[in-house]
Amino acid sequence: MVIQLQHVYKQFHKKEVIHDVSLTVNEGEIFGMLGPSGAGKTTIVKMIAGIDTATKGEIHVLGVRMPNLQTMARIGFMAQSDALYGELTALENLDFFASIYGLKGKKKKQRIDEVLELVNLTDDRKKAIHQFSGGMKRRLSLAASLLHEPEVLILDEPTVGIDPLLRQAIWEELERIRQKGTTIVVTTHVMDEAEKCMRLAMIRNGQLIAIGSPEQLKKQTNALTLEQAFLQFGGVQA
Amino acid sequence: MRIQAIVVRIIRQFFRDKRTLALMIVAPMFVLFLMDLVFNGETYEPHMAIDSNVPQQLIDALKEADAHVATMTKTNALTALDEQQIDAFIEMDKASLRLTLEGSDPSVSKQVLMTVQKAAQTLMPPMKQTLTIDTVYMYGSEHMALFDNFGPVLIGFFIFFFVFLIAGVSFLRERTSGTLERLLATPLKRWEIVIGYVIGFGIFTTIQASLISWFAIHVLNMMMEGSFGYVLLITFLLAMTALTLGTLLSAFANNELQMIQFIPLVVVPQVFFSGLFNLDTMEPWLRSIGVAMPLYYGADALREIMIRGKGWEAISFDVYVLVGFSLLFMVLNVLALKKYRKL
Repeated sequence: MVIQLQHVYKQFHKKEVIHDVSLTVNEGEIFGMLGPSGAGKTTIVKMIAGIDTATKGEIHVLGVRMPNLQTMARIGFMAQSDALYGELTALENLDFFASIYGLKGKKKKQRIDEVLELVNLTDDRKKAIHQFSGGMKRRLSLAASLLHEPEVLILDEPTVGIDPLLRQAIWEELERIRQKGTTIVVTTHVMDEAEKCMRLAMIRNGQLIAIGSPEQLKKQTNALTLEQAFLQFGGVQA
Repeated sequence: MRIQAIVVRIIRQFFRDKRTLALMIVAPMFVLFLMDLVFNGETYEPHMAIDSNVPQQLIDALKEADAHVATMTKTNALTALDEQQIDAFIEMDKASLRLTLEGSDPSVSKQVLMTVQKAAQTLMPPMKQTLTIDTVYMYGSEHMALFDNFGPVLIGFFIFFFVFLIAGVSFLRERTSGTLERLLATPLKRWEIVIGYVIGFGIFTTIQASLISWFAIHVLNMMMEGSFGYVLLITFLLAMTALTLGTLLSAFANNELQMIQFIPLVVVPQVFFSGLFNLDTMEPWLRSIGVAMPLYYGADALREIMIRGKGWEAISFDVYVLVGFSLLFMVLNVLALKKYRKL
């Protein structure tokens, strides 16, 4: 059990955005969070990543109660926005984030080369970010979150606004990263992407409405697609 | 129809952003209010000291001309002049009047000269014919331009203004572009971000402050009596204060426009209290507001150095206050970042 949420609530200005969410993520799996925008997916992953704090309930990552700065060093986070410095080159951006994670000298250079290779941006490493396409920025954001070889990788909508081919490529990369033993949490609102996750949490209005493998979820509702299953869990049952 | 839709949308947006709306109306009123207070103050009444040999007739004439007159020994008067408690000292030197002016504010010097001349005019003969006035400047000279007096304040102001704006906007960008959140997802501590900004910008502002000071003194030939090193120290500290204040306030702005809204609220009022305008005609309670403004100290120190040629003793208090302001804003900034990450 790498990530554990126990009865987590979150309030913003007296408005409850997350209501009693409990779930666990196992080691080495790709865990998906599926739900429409505004459902609270980002809030949940931000709490797991240690940026946000739960109003009530407990979150443990790698056995440590979050938020915790030491544990945050073992987590990779890719935010919904690309969060890159537009004036700097790809290399300079990666160098900056690698330094923040405490990488130095040869090791730093080696990791930067590795992640650039992984996301296929080696040839563009000296280009300024403002010349990058949306897809290239997403890939570089992913590369930045992998620099320090995190044990847990949290990706908030990693493929939003990316063409199908590139999306495919990113998922193949995620699978490779997972096989090295990294636990991955991915949020998405795209149903066919959710199919690729090993286990899935369906989130609606800040509540967990279902959890299980895509097959299980479909079976439970006698649905052919995840979309139908989501409707069943969300609308009909509630 | 489409134009109408756009107009309606813009008006709606304005009413959603109540702050911008309020500022558009309140800020100009606020600035006008301050200007009213500053410019509609009473005319300046010079403070003078006289030695005991000055004839009573002249004292009465000076008082008639709205001057504040006190009798002092020469030693006391020179100390009072140096501390800017009085503007001028008049002593009788046989048949002539010897007038010692403090001199760092040309407009005050002019007022004193006018008052004394006016008083001398009212004297009875034969004194009227025989009396001559010798004028001595303690600081500055009769050639000192108004700009020489404003100069040090303007240097301080421009450095403060630009550093404030640039630092504020770039820290704001960090937030709106999502990079701040990204940074807060790393083990980076909040104070490390603040210190990083202070150092990064500190290097840039040191260069900027040096160039502006050099330009003003060597290119514009601004009056410069003291040490250039002290000028750099003060401009650097002013820049640091502006930097830390700018990044702090950027936490309370949601976009660049809202950052700019801080200018009439935070920067412009400082100009009025920085000594660009004579504060002596202002209500004392109002004058005391200046004590809370960094530019007040920066401008004071720059004037001490550039016009009066003073050293460390005269500026040490200003230096401590500016360092204090910077530290305070940095601590508040670290606390303000809590809004984005508790830890």
